[in-house]
Amino acid sequence: MMVRLTLAAAIVLSAFPLYWLFVVATRANDVVGDWPPPLLPGPNLAGNVGRLFDAEQANFLLGMGNSALSSAVVTVSVVFFSSLAGFAFAKLRFRGRNALLLVVLGTMMIPVQMGIIPLYLIMVELGWQNQLEAIIVPSLVSAFGVFLMRQYAEKAVPDELIEAARVDGCSTFRIYWTVVLPALRPGAAVLGLFTFMGTWNEFLWPLAVLEADNPTVQFSLSQLSTTYYTDYTLMFAGALVSTVPLLVVFVVFGRQIIGGIMEGAIKA
Amino acid sequence: MRSVTERLSPYLFVAPFFVIFAAFGLFPLVYTAWVSVHEWDIAGPGAFVGLDNYVTLFGDPDFWNATYNTIGMLVLATVPQLFCALVLASLLNQKLRGLTFLRMGVLLPIVTSVAAVGIVFSQIFDRDAGMANGLLGLLGVQPVDWHADKWSSWTAIATMVNWRWTGYNALIYLAAMQAVPRDLYEAATVDGASKVRQFFSITVPNIRPAILFTVIMSTIAGMQLFTEPLIFGQGGFAISGGSLRQFQTLSMFMFEKAFRDFDYGYGSAVAWLIFVLITLLAVVNFLITRRSR
Repeated sequence: MMVRLTLAAAIVLSAFPLYWLFVVATRANDVVGDWPPPLLPGPNLAGNVGRLFDAEQANFLLGMGNSALSSAVVTVSVVFFSSLAGFAFAKLRFRGRNALLLVVLGTMMIPVQMGIIPLYLIMVELGWQNQLEAIIVPSLVSAFGVFLMRQYAEKAVPDELIEAARVDGCSTFRIYWTVVLPALRPGAAVLGLFTFMGTWNEFLWPLAVLEADNPTVQFSLSQLSTTYYTDYTLMFAGALVSTVPLLVVFVVFGRQIIGGIMEGAIKA
Repeated sequence: MRSVTERLSPYLFVAPFFVIFAAFGLFPLVYTAWVSVHEWDIAGPGAFVGLDNYVTLFGDPDFWNATYNTIGMLVLATVPQLFCALVLASLLNQKLRGLTFLRMGVLLPIVTSVAAVGIVFSQIFDRDAGMANGLLGLLGVQPVDWHADKWSSWTAIATMVNWRWTGYNALIYLAAMQAVPRDLYEAATVDGASKVRQFFSITVPNIRPAILFTVIMSTIAGMQLFTEPLIFGQGGFAISGGSLRQFQTLSMFMFEKAFRDFDYGYGSAVAWLIFVLITLLAVVNFLITRRSR
């Protein structure tokens, strides 16, 4: 009984801020600070979202579009390059394989975020300042992704399958494309989901390299919170809209995400 | 006889990772050290100044303040988070109906977009309109101005981090717990050990690698804390972490120097120090993990 009560409390605590986000986004500003607080949704959602898209300094719609585009491109690229390299590390024999794999492992822990000042200077050189390329290109690969795909390929792709394809005269890339990639699909899905969520939530780097007239969604939100910080319903509408894509991903792929977290944990 | 391209193909497969990572990950990081020993501003690279930036940095009270804030929030965010995650995981580690639903429930926070977390909790911790003060009022506590002091702003920011990551860590612990052999618990029950006793003398030692993993991941993330405090400081003092820098973290300090004051040399010195600090922490953790095996 105690267990159930504690678990119920944990779920409520974990869901409440999200629910509160929704409630305030549907309300009018003058009731937000009331005590006791309004706990049921109101009729103002459409109005607040409308004001959100009209809020000039936030460029919210553009921010959503930029984030959707860059997250999608980064996700496809990370999944592609990680599965390609992971396959090579797990199933192909070549000189220097172990040394290179050690390098990948070593780079996983490195907080590359701390290199943002030179990275910014590079972007200025390339003319990518305030361009989406600056968000996309540095994130096209991921050490964590390579490692994850290597672990997955080791288990999920039988050597006999690769040998059979080779006997049939397939090139190595063809083997990757027709045999390995389909077998890696579940692992690739988890990697893709994490990458999408990670890119969507990126904040420090966009804030450094982009301007308010070409923001990502998190940048737009921070603009809202500096410019309109007394207008809670507006900010909450933004916070809600920025969370909806992630929620959709979560509802559709939730089980896989949980599986991915728990499998990663066993390996660690 | 395999063709040349076939023999090269493994290298071609791993090359994109190494090339892009070297260009946009490793090179900038190493170059940070180079920038940090120069006078370098928006006009471009200036004179080589040796360790001057570091000397200035070590004498800069704002740097020490940011270090103090970062470590304070790191402790406030990591300790309760991992403890609650442990408890939550052990509650989830039994036959329950609706387990998938429960697991998804505790993961909801990491699905919330990060700036949205900042916005929601900044409102909850608002001095006048916030729910935190409303609830405290029920207990007869005077309203707290959460933004005003170190302890209060740290608490509010740490709450955001705790809320966001507890469920995630609980799932990691849960996975580790499910790998602990059942007969250990059965033997302990026969010997009359209580549930609490079993938790501390069977569960915790057996999932130690998972605990160390989460400790180091939370530490690395905590050392780079940026979004939550920045959004919390809505209005004019965002990047300085409040009017008295009461919740400015090291990452915010670095950002302020490099991207608001355009002092790239000085900002790079801060970045390089954060990097060295994180690496040291990671190495220490690695050594501890190895010894425990």
